Amino acid sequence: MTDSAAPLLVMHDISKRFGATQALSGVSFSVRAGEIMALVGENGAGKSTLMKILSGAHRPDAGSIHVAGRSYAPGSPQQARDAGVAMIYQELNLAPDLSVEDNIMLGREASRLGWLLRREQRPRVQQALDLLGHGELRPDAPVRSLSVGAQQLVEIARALVHDAKVIAFDEPTSSLTRQDVEHLFKVIRRLRETGRAIVYISHFLEEVRQLCDNYTVLRDGRVAGAGSLAGVPESAIVALMVGRSVEELFPTVPHAPGDVLLSVDRLSGRRFPVAASLELRRGEILGVFGLVGAGRTELIRSIFGLDPVKSGQVRVAAKLLAASPRAAIAAGLGIVSEDRKGEGLAQSRSIADNLTYSRLKPYSTLGWLRLGERRAIVESWMSRLHVKARSAEQEIAALSGGNQQKVALARVLHQDAQVLLLDEPTRGIDVGTKAEIYRLIGQLAAEGRSVIFVSSYCHELLAVCDRIAVMSRGRVTAVRDASNWNEHSIMEAAIAVDDSAGGGNERPSA
Amino acid sequence: MNDRRPEPQFDDSDTIGSVLAKKWRYDWRVTVWLFTKTALGPLFIVWALFAVLDAFQQYGGSFAQIRSFQLIVVHTAAVAVPAFGMTIIIIAGGIDLSVGAAMALSATVGAWGFLHGHSPTEAVCLCLATGLAAGILNGSLISSLRVVPFIVTLGTMMIFQGAGRWLAADTPIRPPLASFAPLADFQAPFPTPAWHIFSPGVWIMLLLAVAVSLVLRYTVFGRYVFALGSNEATARLCGINVPLVRISVYALGGLFAGVAGVYQFATLYQGNPMGGVGKELRIIAAVVVGGGSLSGGRGSVLGTLSGAAIMAVIDHGCTTLGIGDMYQDILIGAIIVAAVAVDQYRQRKMAAAV
Repeated sequence: MTDSAAPLLVMHDISKRFGATQALSGVSFSVRAGEIMALVGENGAGKSTLMKILSGAHRPDAGSIHVAGRSYAPGSPQQARDAGVAMIYQELNLAPDLSVEDNIMLGREASRLGWLLRREQRPRVQQALDLLGHGELRPDAPVRSLSVGAQQLVEIARALVHDAKVIAFDEPTSSLTRQDVEHLFKVIRRLRETGRAIVYISHFLEEVRQLCDNYTVLRDGRVAGAGSLAGVPESAIVALMVGRSVEELFPTVPHAPGDVLLSVDRLSGRRFPVAASLELRRGEILGVFGLVGAGRTELIRSIFGLDPVKSGQVRVAAKLLAASPRAAIAAGLGIVSEDRKGEGLAQSRSIADNLTYSRLKPYSTLGWLRLGERRAIVESWMSRLHVKARSAEQEIAALSGGNQQKVALARVLHQDAQVLLLDEPTRGIDVGTKAEIYRLIGQLAAEGRSVIFVSSYCHELLAVCDRIAVMSRGRVTAVRDASNWNEHSIMEAAIAVDDSAGGGNERPSA
Repeated sequence: MNDRRPEPQFDDSDTIGSVLAKKWRYDWRVTVWLFTKTALGPLFIVWALFAVLDAFQQYGGSFAQIRSFQLIVVHTAAVAVPAFGMTIIIIAGGIDLSVGAAMALSATVGAWGFLHGHSPTEAVCLCLATGLAAGILNGSLISSLRVVPFIVTLGTMMIFQGAGRWLAADTPIRPPLASFAPLADFQAPFPTPAWHIFSPGVWIMLLLAVAVSLVLRYTVFGRYVFALGSNEATARLCGINVPLVRISVYALGGLFAGVAGVYQFATLYQGNPMGGVGKELRIIAAVVVGGGSLSGGRGSVLGTLSGAAIMAVIDHGCTTLGIGDMYQDILIGAIIVAAVAVDQYRQRKMAAAV
């Protein structure tokens, strides 16, 4: 019925560049009133950049946006809201101590001379909740007391009170239970009936198929394909997401796996991982694939003792490992964090400090350091890994991302770790450095060290690893030799919603 | 590896230690660096300003004399000693509001020791032990309760104050002069014999300054202190025993408060449990003016010493010029704000350059 109408949201020829990376190039995208448009793509394909442009958090370098026929160029999320564009994120933006009503009306309070007019607010809040089919939510309940699903409703109700014409959902189901997902879908369908334009971003193609009318696939910052979902097989969409064949950018070093060095037995954390089991051999590279939020980081952090372990065991060379980073380092484990800025490196300290923090013993006598000796060793590591810096005393913050990552890797090598846990070691790094890191990982395996390589970029895992484990919602769902995987099967395994094992009804911790 | 690099360049990211280590031979660039990038420059400017103003006064010219220098240094020492402990705490990303109260409590306990016939050695040890215990309490509470140091030490500040008042029965303890004779000249601005130039307290302060600098730069503990303040998550990732380092940092801070208690007692000849009120803010100000960052990871002994000296110079200069107390407060307040603003500006510039 609305097919003939002009699209409510039109993004035309949008481009955005961050430093050296072209995040979006010439992306065009439109959604009609009463349409649910799925926006899918691999991590890093540009979905979140596109949404940040829509929500006013970023400005596009080129291109135009129209909402309801009017030119739209928001300078801030506030302006986006005023123009009728609302975003519902994975992480909710609510004030937990305020009531449902206060949260819904936040920034739009009905007031006179600074006094709240609750009598005027109440019907608007109730109307929004009724529209969502959840009139039973008490407006005066504190948001903290609600389930995650109900909190999401509050956020959607806020969008309605703000007269949102376009509502974008960014991975809204990843922290919801199965039941809450069903509720949410009902709510979104109601919104469609009221003539709003919905953008729905998800990794879960099954959900997309259940809910959406049309799809747009992004890959490497471009539109890889778009159309109606009716009659399109899932594998066709996966093919669009994954794209072309493997580029020749993955140098490998021959190596042969030996006996089992690390074994993880039904390891469970506070939320993730869920009863994860793995085995890692000497001289083996084990890839761990999964979508963002699948629990990969939590898995290796739990192995290393950085995240609390609820149950399960980790053994290194058959010896039980205590759950603390100190014990892990003593047992020969090393970790490279995915978050270089926040965790991996002390940004205001020197290369020498960061490289040796985990092992200062060789340079100290009774607690006093021999700095000259340390400096010589640090410099030899810097030259082995080709760290480009002015000197070993230079501050980490002054280095490029690639050089910082090399320092983080050098630290793990300097502490002579036998098991390396690498979390997204190539994220945010230029292509040349990536190749250097792949080669280094190969060399380490050839030396007899074992590597767990976590990545959300399946090409690099397929090229570099001996075996690949796939995680979904905190579980290790499949482990196979790398030769038995391909881009399609690995994506499908990661996207598959695994409900057979239960646990889905647990309320996730906020 | 041994090829000589081109002349080292100094920039904002250098620390005093690394500059001095790079250029241990005298080089005029080191002097320039020290005066432009540390609080030594502002210290000199403030001192010169007062010297000039004073020279134009009737009967003026006394400010630039050795006697006034001796006075300034004694006042500097009283703030600098506890501020060294605070420097370590602030570098480790913490704060200690209880330092003034801990100082006063230590002085009170020391005075109590003298009054009850303990030898000077014993009484001084009591002083130091009190400070150390206060610091260990702070560190343990912060580590075990996981409450921010600001709140914990706000609480212990009042606890230490109350404990001192209880011990002293709410009046300062004044032991007879004979009982602490060896300490009587500890903080005397004009020592005898005159060739000592400075009081014992000043020399000990300088010794402590060197010791703390060395510990911060040349020990594993020193590295861990910087690691903790710069990024606690990294410290944990690297297997550093974070609670132990944190407790040690506060214990050291407390020990310095204990030493400062000795200074306080030796200055006033009494143990006053309320003698620390407001001192904690001056001590923190010395660290901050000296380039210490309240977000942790940055700070230096030389900076803190300069910061303490700047305040002593202003105090003494204003007194010499006959400028009232209230103006001193205003001036010092303005300098604190300016120091932090300049520091922030420099950091933003550095961040932009990356």
